[in-house]
Amino acid sequence: MSGTTTIFKRELRSYFVTPVAYVFIVIFLLLSGAFTFYLGNFYERGQADLQPFFNFHPWLYLFLVPAVSMRLWAEERKSGTIELLLTLPVSMWQAVLGKFLAAWTFIAIALVLTFPIWLTVNYLGSPDNGVILASYIGSLLMAGAFLAIGSCLSAATRNQVVAFILTVVVCFVLLLAGFPMVLDFFHAFAPQGVVDAVAGLSFLTHFASITKGVIDLRDLIYFGLMILAWLYATAIVIDMKKAA
Amino acid sequence: MIETRQLTKRYGGFTAVDAISFKVEPGQVLGFLGPNGAGKSTTMKMLAGFLSPTAGSATVAGFDIESQALEAKRALGYLPEGAPSYGEMNVREFLAFIADVRGLAGETRYRRSDDVIDRLHLGPVLEQPIDTLSKGFKRRVGLAGAILHDPRVLILDEPTDGLDPNQKQEVRTLINSMARDKTIIISTHLLEEVHAVCRRAIIIAAGRILADATPAELEARSRYHQAVSLTAKDVQEARAALARVPDIAAVEVDPQDNRITAFPKPGRSIFMAVSEALKAQNVNVRELALEAGRLDEVFRTITQGATGMEART
Repeated sequence: MSGTTTIFKRELRSYFVTPVAYVFIVIFLLLSGAFTFYLGNFYERGQADLQPFFNFHPWLYLFLVPAVSMRLWAEERKSGTIELLLTLPVSMWQAVLGKFLAAWTFIAIALVLTFPIWLTVNYLGSPDNGVILASYIGSLLMAGAFLAIGSCLSAATRNQVVAFILTVVVCFVLLLAGFPMVLDFFHAFAPQGVVDAVAGLSFLTHFASITKGVIDLRDLIYFGLMILAWLYATAIVIDMKKAA
Repeated sequence: MIETRQLTKRYGGFTAVDAISFKVEPGQVLGFLGPNGAGKSTTMKMLAGFLSPTAGSATVAGFDIESQALEAKRALGYLPEGAPSYGEMNVREFLAFIADVRGLAGETRYRRSDDVIDRLHLGPVLEQPIDTLSKGFKRRVGLAGAILHDPRVLILDEPTDGLDPNQKQEVRTLINSMARDKTIIISTHLLEEVHAVCRRAIIIAAGRILADATPAELEARSRYHQAVSLTAKDVQEARAALARVPDIAAVEVDPQDNRITAFPKPGRSIFMAVSEALKAQNVNVRELALEAGRLDEVFRTITQGATGMEART
């Protein structure tokens, strides 16, 4: 596994030598704070929980995670370093995993930096910290799934803007998979079984059940499989696209 | 050692590399020559494990490039075309990253790092981000990464492209100094480079090997091989003298500098006869030289013949 670790370290460091990391973290913290207090009515609700904070995470991730993931492979392909990376003695899986884990850790760092809001809610009242912990885990898992999707679509193009837009669209569809907007589209031509399957893929449904404080094995498996499947697809896409 | 057997790469209907077979032994520096798009880089990418062959097979240091890909990559140092490296890293970090991936540790790691930094004169730029370096330095950083683990087999795709003449010379000296115990393949557009570093040259065009010989043997195929060139005060006088030499097949005069070239009949040597004829006729000769043969002319003849064939089929 040393190949994964080496690539992981290189990637993670590369976030912090460019302004990307700082811009991302600052925007993430500002927006999550603004959403919680202004749109989520954190004070007005009069309840000591972080529901208004976590409710906005899917929508924040929708735009911020693709901004992180778009460079994962598109940049390597554009600068030609992909040829360097994949001719070093590391397997494709180690490269895909190392890069993904670095990006995920980076988002985890941003997420951890939201701790003042946890301190605030604990200062103001006595929230259920178990629910909050579960919500953090759910949020991180969802970010991971977004990232894995972004990783795959970033591998499909050498243009970062295209990677960004594609990722936003795919994530948006998956977020709303359980809602009429997406389901009606499938109703038009697909049998009920397919429609149910699509509904079961909804990020929001799975995330919502975790933020209630119940970490259901099925939700964990869902996000785990989602991440693995998209990473597997990443490896396949890289292999296919190498020649071009 | 590198060996390829019927190595082939197809993209859809287009055959980039067409059943190429060759073998390179340790101590040999093989030069890959060919026009752009001939399949040089594709062949190198397959050997380096970046692209998988459509058909055929190859071994690097005895390891199959497909079934033993990781072992092959461990034994290999590869410089991709354009020498890509991570621009946001500084040189020291980049070399440390390569050392980590290659599993270099302890004393070996320090010795090897110091060695490549010294050989490629990277000392002054160690702390600089690679993005801010000049083209020559970037190329040398890439090269340093490729030879850091002291590989048995080295594949360098246009290692001197974009370097100034001094830097080219340095890189060639470096390659020569490593040539003794390593198997090295370089690709190049520069024919003078073939002379400077290669023991053997393979000319590729349209994905096929058209020639596989030593640089001297290739030169012997040139029309200029064993030709005699001279400059004289009076061109007409000199031509008259040359007309007396029976083994001369043709005489050409360069319209720009009036340099006269006499081509021998096949297999004949005319240098002595020419110099005696000139002396006998008292021709005022400023310069007289025996031509070894011109690689660029051989290269053009061989590769243009091939593309002409392509066009017809």
